[in-house]
Order: sequence, then structure tokens, then C-alpha cells
Amino acid sequence: MNVPIKALPLSVVAALVLLACGKEAPPPPPPAVAPAPPPPEVIKIGHVGPLTGGIAHLGKDNENGARLAVEEANAKGVEIGGKKVKFELLAEDDQGDPKVGTTVAQKLVDAKIVGIVGHLNSGVSIPASALYEQAGIPMISGSSTNPKLTEQGFKVTFRVVGRDDQQGPAVANYLLAEIKPKTAAVIDDATAYGEGLSNEVENTLKAAGVKVLPREKGTDKTADWKAVLTKLKGKKPDAVFYGGMDATGGPLLKQARELGIKAPFSFGDGACTDKMAELAGAAANGLLCSQAGVPVEATSKKFRDGYKAQFKIDPILYAPFTFDGVNILIEAMKKAGSSEPAKYLPELAKISHEGASGKIEFDAKGDRKDAEMTIFTMTGGKITPLAIVKSGKTVKFEDFIKAAAEAAAAAPAVPTPAAPAAAAPVAAPAAEVKK
Amino acid sequence: MSQANKYYSGLAVLILSLLVLPFALSAAGTAWVRITNLAILFVFLSLGLNIVVGFAGLLDLGYVAFYAVGAYVYALLASPHFGLHLPFWMILPIGAGLAALFGVLLGTPTLKLRGDYLAIVTLGFGEIVRIFLNNLSQPINITNGPRGITLIDPVRLGSISFGRSDQFFGLVLSGPMKYYYLLLLLLSLVIVVNLRLQNSRIGRAWEAIREDEMAARAIGINTTRIKLLAFAMGASFGGVAGGMFSAIQGFISPESFVLTESVMILSMVVLGGMGNIWGVVAGAVLLSFVPEMLRYTVVPLQMTLFSRIVIEPEVIRLLLFGLALVLMMRFRPAGLWPLRARQREFHKQAAIK
Amino acid sequence: MDTFLQQIINGLTLGSLYAIVALGYTMVYGIIQLINFAHGEVVMFGAMITLSVISAAAGSGLPPAAMILMGVAVAIPACMALGYLLERAAYRPLRKAPRLAPLITAIGMSIVLQQIALMIWSRNILSFPQILPVTLYEVAGASVSSLQIIIIGLCLVMMTGLAWIVYGSRLGTAMRATAENPEIARLMGVDVDRVIAMTFIIGAGLAAVAGLMVGIYYGLAHYTMGATLGLKAFSAAVLGGIGNIPGAMVGGILLGLVEALGAGYIGELTDLCGYSTLNFLFQSRCADGGNLVLFGSNYQDVFAFVVLILVLVFRPSGLLGERVADRA
Repeated sequence: MNVPIKALPLSVVAALVLLACGKEAPPPPPPAVAPAPPPPEVIKIGHVGPLTGGIAHLGKDNENGARLAVEEANAKGVEIGGKKVKFELLAEDDQGDPKVGTTVAQKLVDAKIVGIVGHLNSGVSIPASALYEQAGIPMISGSSTNPKLTEQGFKVTFRVVGRDDQQGPAVANYLLAEIKPKTAAVIDDATAYGEGLSNEVENTLKAAGVKVLPREKGTDKTADWKAVLTKLKGKKPDAVFYGGMDATGGPLLKQARELGIKAPFSFGDGACTDKMAELAGAAANGLLCSQAGVPVEATSKKFRDGYKAQFKIDPILYAPFTFDGVNILIEAMKKAGSSEPAKYLPELAKISHEGASGKIEFDAKGDRKDAEMTIFTMTGGKITPLAIVKSGKTVKFEDFIKAAAEAAAAAPAVPTPAAPAAAAPVAAPAAEVKK
Repeated sequence: MSQANKYYSGLAVLILSLLVLPFALSAAGTAWVRITNLAILFVFLSLGLNIVVGFAGLLDLGYVAFYAVGAYVYALLASPHFGLHLPFWMILPIGAGLAALFGVLLGTPTLKLRGDYLAIVTLGFGEIVRIFLNNLSQPINITNGPRGITLIDPVRLGSISFGRSDQFFGLVLSGPMKYYYLLLLLLSLVIVVNLRLQNSRIGRAWEAIREDEMAARAIGINTTRIKLLAFAMGASFGGVAGGMFSAIQGFISPESFVLTESVMILSMVVLGGMGNIWGVVAGAVLLSFVPEMLRYTVVPLQMTLFSRIVIEPEVIRLLLFGLALVLMMRFRPAGLWPLRARQREFHKQAAIK
Repeated sequence: MDTFLQQIINGLTLGSLYAIVALGYTMVYGIIQLINFAHGEVVMFGAMITLSVISAAAGSGLPPAAMILMGVAVAIPACMALGYLLERAAYRPLRKAPRLAPLITAIGMSIVLQQIALMIWSRNILSFPQILPVTLYEVAGASVSSLQIIIIGLCLVMMTGLAWIVYGSRLGTAMRATAENPEIARLMGVDVDRVIAMTFIIGAGLAAVAGLMVGIYYGLAHYTMGATLGLKAFSAAVLGGIGNIPGAMVGGILLGLVEALGAGYIGELTDLCGYSTLNFLFQSRCADGGNLVLFGSNYQDVFAFVVLILVLVFRPSGLLGERVADRA
């Protein structure tokens, strides 16, 4: 509501410009002296992720996804309850630190946001979610995979990405189907992410009758894995899973091959990056790994093109999910005809949205129904998708892409809307006057 | 008489302004009340460490372990993890007591060690506690490992929960504001205890050990008991701070109790002036607010100058901490607000040089 | 048996790396009783600088050995300069200050150096170009890589060289005199400032070599690597008796072995299912090849610290440390 001062002179300028090139002016050109149309109501949506620190690039990627959705909506023009509205993204930095995370969350609550997309790390999302719950502000995380987030019984907490306990079984099932191990080893890096994911893998393998060796652990800084690996070598596992990041997973794989361990290695999304090839060298070839959700190359082309046009780079990892998160918030507001959290929350819970990352619906806890998981392998220094796992079924990646392409061809071709200009905040009010 | 009057009126103004502070802060945003609360927690911690490092002169690099013990005691006794929901006035003393026990546990084997050896053993101790907290999810799940403990109960007094806003006599008090008053109460208690300690027999015994342990023993001070007392007292403050941290955050994990945190608390003590209670309070307040100030100044400044972030605020913060430690030792080794006795010591040193 | 031998080899390699870094700590401590907490950061700078040089030269088609020599040729003088600078700017002004002051300065310098490295080389894990072909040898069923042999050998060479400097050269005599009593050494005509500066410079040179070895062996470098490694190496130096050169070696190797054997065997020793007498207690857990491990490899670092604390409790000045009455 504090935009008018800025918007007014802008709309006057826009009107003058329109008058100057009269041909394009809409039928009854508003006289320049007439009061400008009522300024659109401003709706604030928050986004939080680490913009500084070790995974700042992923935090920025998430923010970009959310920003793209907001700017596309503003360019298109959205009406809620018959009133024209304008969205504003309040982006904050939580440094990936739980303490900073709650402070920043409080700051956004103070700023009267109506919905929040974030945070990135599960360890930060969980304490922050309690604050949003108290304030009654819906929260959608696009990248927090820890099951705990939605197990707290909070009504306002949602996520559009898969959970660790969906990713774990997916990679374990793939191992069971393709490698058929009798004995398997599970290693983790003693972090919330690594341990949580590894527990899920272990449970799935055990349920299928595989003998799982006692858990071995390093830390998120371990460089020397030889003692642990030597111990494993004596036990001769048929497959190994490591829950941890690429920084530790690379050396692990390299040292395993040096010690002559031949069993196939598999990893979760933290070590499902091209960096593995750099760190492990030739040893990386043939590794298996999983990512929660569909790979970026399988998200909608419209999203990828829009992102590239806006930010001049390609989306990295979870941007499609934060993009969808913002769009779901907007769609729920439209359906409810109100941007008040309490009013649109019921609509949010029962939403069915066709997003960049596929169809999104929430279950009772706020988790995404039938979240997809992707299995990758490493060939020639690049991770390449092998298969998509959805509701326990495995589909080869080529077939998945083919099916998606066919579905797209069957639907009436939707022209991609022109990517919003770079200076979107300025362009937006002008565009509205033009309409 | 007028001296006393002046003192009391000064005190009254201080108390009044501290009481009104959260209202002024919430005008700028409740987030600031939260930041202030965390700052008060750091004052707690610094005062606790000050007993060990400042009063008794024992360098402790694993202080965060006691903070962790207090935090986990609160979290385990007031969360759905074990289904226990004890009231905070029961848990805080338990946390303080257990932390004190850990203090003695650390102190006993290290009694004979001095200076540098003590530093490395305390550092190892801090790491051991963290590693245990991180790994006690298997084979029996006690701490829930790295995934931490969620849904920790907020402080409750009768029907008043500190987790939400309430109205008292027409004044709206948000959760963080209630915590602020509770923390302020606890803090004044801690400061009074500290002031009393400093001028007590025990305080003088600590000072004697700090200056010359041999001589202290020679004049009949039971150095073993006095040193252990320092560890236990310091640790118990850490335990209380940990408990309050748990209640305020609602979620804790071993990530919050790393070595850097110990170094941070040490920086606060050193910067303020080891041994001087008001100096330490000032040091802790200063260093708690510096990161927030950097957030509001450094980022926008760089954005306007270079239109991107060249040096992250976190990096600047750590650089400043590091440089502060180095420069303080070089130019004001007794701290910004040094203890008078200490100042004399350092002066003497300089004179010899 | 081959598993045990392999663990010994693992431990020896890791221990040799610790020992090389520990030498730097012990030298400085021996002469001015200062824990140079920033030594780990000098090691990290050594690794980072060689990495930058090797990466720049990687495309040139030079033989790997030449590239590594180039890296060393840049890293050693750079680290020596850094070591000298540390001594000159941070520690020398504090030589007469109370014990706590230089220690806190050292912690401060270590934070500052880390942040500087972060600004230069970013936060990312950097990988060394894989230039050295690693040959594996089979020894009685265990595998040893050529790199491991080089590391263990180099560690011995460096210790011998250092021992010669300290106990055999003129500079060493001056160093020992300064360590014994700087005032008297000065009266005897020893340039104490120069001797102390030389100690820092030699220590930093060793750190550069250590950084190179660690970087190439694990194939990566990161701005925090010095802190983790430094902590372990420092523990090793204390274990062996800080200030004592063979002690650093013994402490390093011992710590490496404790870690390898600890991670390798304690898990099995504390698997309650492995004891048939206890088995009836945990039948549901132990059935079907289950396990109930109390302390697995996750406690690897705890073993190291516990051994350190135990040694210090019973021998407060380390394994080979002289019993100094009270130097504080």
C-alpha cells in the first residue's frame, strides 16, 4: 500500500508516452489530467534462503525461481477478489544458520507477508516453521527434504519437493532391482541430512531382506576414509550407499577404488553433482545417485526459457520448486478471492496445480503427493538421468521425456509469454496502464 | 548521601529504560526483541566463561559444551521426544546442576595441567561432548543425533505461554517480549551473584590462583577445590543459558554447539576485559549486535557501490573478530574496560619491558 | 590379517601427515612456548598456493613432477614469508606479555587467515588436477600406493633434517640456547630475534610441504582444511611432548594409528551382539545378523581426544616431553 507515491508519476509518464504514440493507445485514451486508476494492492510474499555462505549459489537459485514467478504474475496482471493486485517479493538471507533463520522469519512476519517460500536447509526450515505457524502464515519449502518438517502437526507447513524418506526408498529400490545385493553397507556423514537419508535407505534394504552392515560414519569434513573402507572391504558388501555431500563423497569413492573395493557405490542428492567427477577422477564413472524431484532438464521448457531470459543463467537445482511454490500461493489466493492467510489456507491445502516440476497436490501433512525421484549415473564427467521413480514405479528417463513430450504435443500449444523485461518493478505498473 | 542518591537515581533510570526497551524495539520490529534476547544469552555465557578465564585464569576453549548440556537437558525434558513436559523452573536448575557436574568432570583430570595444555584438553572436551550429542541416536535414540530435537516447549507460567502474545492491563506482550523480561530477571540475578563472588573469599582465592598458583597454595588456599568451583560455577551459567536457548528457539541440534561458538564467547570476554564484569557485559552486547549492524550496513553499501556483494557480511564479521582479538592483545591486552588490578599488572609488564 | 596390515598402513600414512604438521607446532613451542594456532592455516595456504600453480600449469604439457616442483618452488617461499610476517607483526610485540595474550592472538590470526583464504580461493572445495599417476602395490594382501610410500619417506627425511638443524647446526645451537633462556642467550651474543624468526620460517616451510602432500594425497583443498588438520597435528605434538622433535613424530604416528585402528576395530569390539554371553539380553536386536554397536567409526575423533587426555593426565608433559618443573 505504500507504492502509490512511486506508481503515480510513473503512470502519468506512461500515459504521456501512450499519448505520444497514439496509435497503440487503448480505445478511450484516459486524459492525462484524469486521476490514475486506483493503484493495485501490494501483496508481500517472502522468500528466505542462504544468500551468503557455503551454498549461497543454491540460495540465489531458489530466490530467482521465486522472483521469476512473482514477476511473471505481475506482468500478466492478477486479480484477487475482483481487485487488481501487485506482488512483491521480500527476499532475505538466513545464512543457513538456524539462529539467523528464526530472526529473519520474525522480520518477515513483522513486515506482514501473507505467505513464505523457503527456507532452503531443513535445519533452518524446522525452527522457522514454528514462527510461521504462530503467525498463521503459510510456508512452502522448495528444497527442505527432512521428513520432520511436515511431521510437526503444523497446518501451514507445506513442501513441493520430495522427502528424504521418499528419496531413500527410491534409490534403495533401484539398487534392489538393478544390483540385487545380498549384503550392503551404508555410510553417512553424521549430519541431519546424511543420517536421515541413510536411515531410509537402510530400512528399505532391510525390509527387502538385504543384510545391512553396521553403520559407518565420518563427518562433513572427513577427507580420510581409508580406515572405514578397509573395514568394509573385509565384509565384502555387494553395494554401498553414502548419505553425504560431494565434498566428502568424492574422496570416499576415490579411496574405495584405490583399496580395491569393486562394489557399486550410490549416493543421495548431496553427492549427485558433476563435482564428483572432479574429486574422484575416473573412479566416479558408473556411480549411481538420486535427486528429489525431476531433474532441471525435465522441467517445463517455458520455465527454463523464462529463467534464462530473466537471469541470463540456467536454473541450478531447486529453482523450479520455489517457482511452483510462489505460483501455488498465488493460485490459492485467486481461488479464495482473498490474500488473507486464514482465508486462502484451505484452498492451498486442496490445490491441484500444473507446475514447472509437474503436477502438485498436497497430502494431509502438507507433503507433495507422488513426488518424483530421479536416478542418475556418471558418464564422462557428467551426471546423466537414468530413470524416474514415481509411486514405487521406475520409468526409464527417455520414456519419461517421450511421454512428457507427447502430452505436451497433445495439449493445445501454449505460446510462451514474452519474458518480462529486466527492470520488471518499473515495467509492471506501466504495463498495467497499457491494459 | 548525595553520592548515594546519584547512584540510586542512575540505577532507577537504567532499570526503567531496560524495562521500556522492548516496546521501543518492537516499534522497529519484533525481530529486534529476538536479537536482543539472543544478545542477553551471550551475556550469560560470557559471564560464565569469565569466571573460569577472567577470575581464575584458566583458559577454557570448550565452554560451549556446558551450553549444549543445558540446552539438551531442557529439550529432552520438555518436548515430545521423550513425551516429558516438565515446567521450566524445574528444568533450569537441573540443567545448571548437570552442567556444573560436567564442569567438575572436565576440571578433575585437568587440575595439574596449565595454560596451553589445559586449552587443548578443554577444546577436546568440547568436541567430545558435541560428537556424543551428534551420535547418541544409535543404538538407542537419546539425543536424536544430528537431526536435533523439535517442538521444544516454550516457557510456561501458569496459563501464560511465552510462545504467543498476550494482553496484560491493555499492553500487548509478544512472546519474545515476555522472554526478554524473564531473561532480564535471570541476568540481574547472575550479575548480582557475579559481583558478590568477585569480592568474596572465593573471588580473592581465584585471583590468587590466577596470579600465582604456587603462592596461592603456600598461603593455604585449597587450589583443587577452588579451581573445581570455578569450573562448576562457570558451567552452571552456561547450563542456564542453554536451557533458555532451547525454550526460545524451539529446536536445537548439535550444529549450534561448535568450536566457533566457544571462540566467539571467548572473544566477548577478551574484548570486554577479562575479569571485569561490566566490561564482559559490554563486550558481549557489542559483539552480539555487530553482525546485525553489518547486515544492515555492509550489504546495502556494497550493493550500491558494486551492485553485488563483494565481501559477505559473515566474512567481514569473522575478519573483524579475528582482527579485534589480535589488536586487543597488542594495544589493550586488558580489554576495552579492563579490571583495575589487571591494568596494573599489564602496566608493570610494560614497565619491565 | 591383511585387513589389520592395511589398517596399519592407513594409520602410518595419516600419522605421517600429522607428524609433518606437528613438527611446525613443536618447533615454535620449543623455542618460545607459544601454541601457534595459525600454523594449520599456513599449511592450508601451502596447499592452496600449490593448487593454484599446478592448475595454471596443468594445460602446459609439462611432466607432472615438474609441475609439482613448480608448485613447491612458489609455495615454500610464500609460506615462509607468511610465517615471518606472523612472527613479526603478531607475536613479536607480545613476547613479554602474559601467557594468555599470544595464545589469543594466535586464535585471532587463524580466523583472519581463514577468511583471507576464503576471499582469495572461494568457499568451494577445490580439487587438485589428477596429474600424478598413482601406482598400487600389493604387500601381503594389503595395498599401498606410491603416494603413501612417498609421504612416509618424506616424513622421515624431514624429521631427520630438522633434527640435524636443531642438534647439529650453529643455528640449532642458538635455537636451543634461546629456548633455554633468551636473556642469557642474548648476553652470549645470540641474535634472539633472528633465531626466533628463523624458527618460524623453517616451520612455515615445513607447513608448505605438508600442505602439498595433504592436497595431493586427498586430491582437494578447502579454506577450512588447516583448522581440522591443525587441531589433530597439534594434539599429536602434545601427545608426543610438545617442544620435542622426535616426540612430534611419535605423537603423529601414534595418533594416526589410534584413529585407523579405532575406526577399524572398536565398532566390532563394542558390538554387544558379538558377545555370546550378552546375546540373550538383546535377542530381538541381534537376531538374523543384527548388530548393537555402541561406539562405531562415528566416534573416531573421540578416540583421538580420549587418548590425548589420558596421556596428559598421567604424563602432563607428553610421552617424550621432559619434565619441566614450571615454565609458566
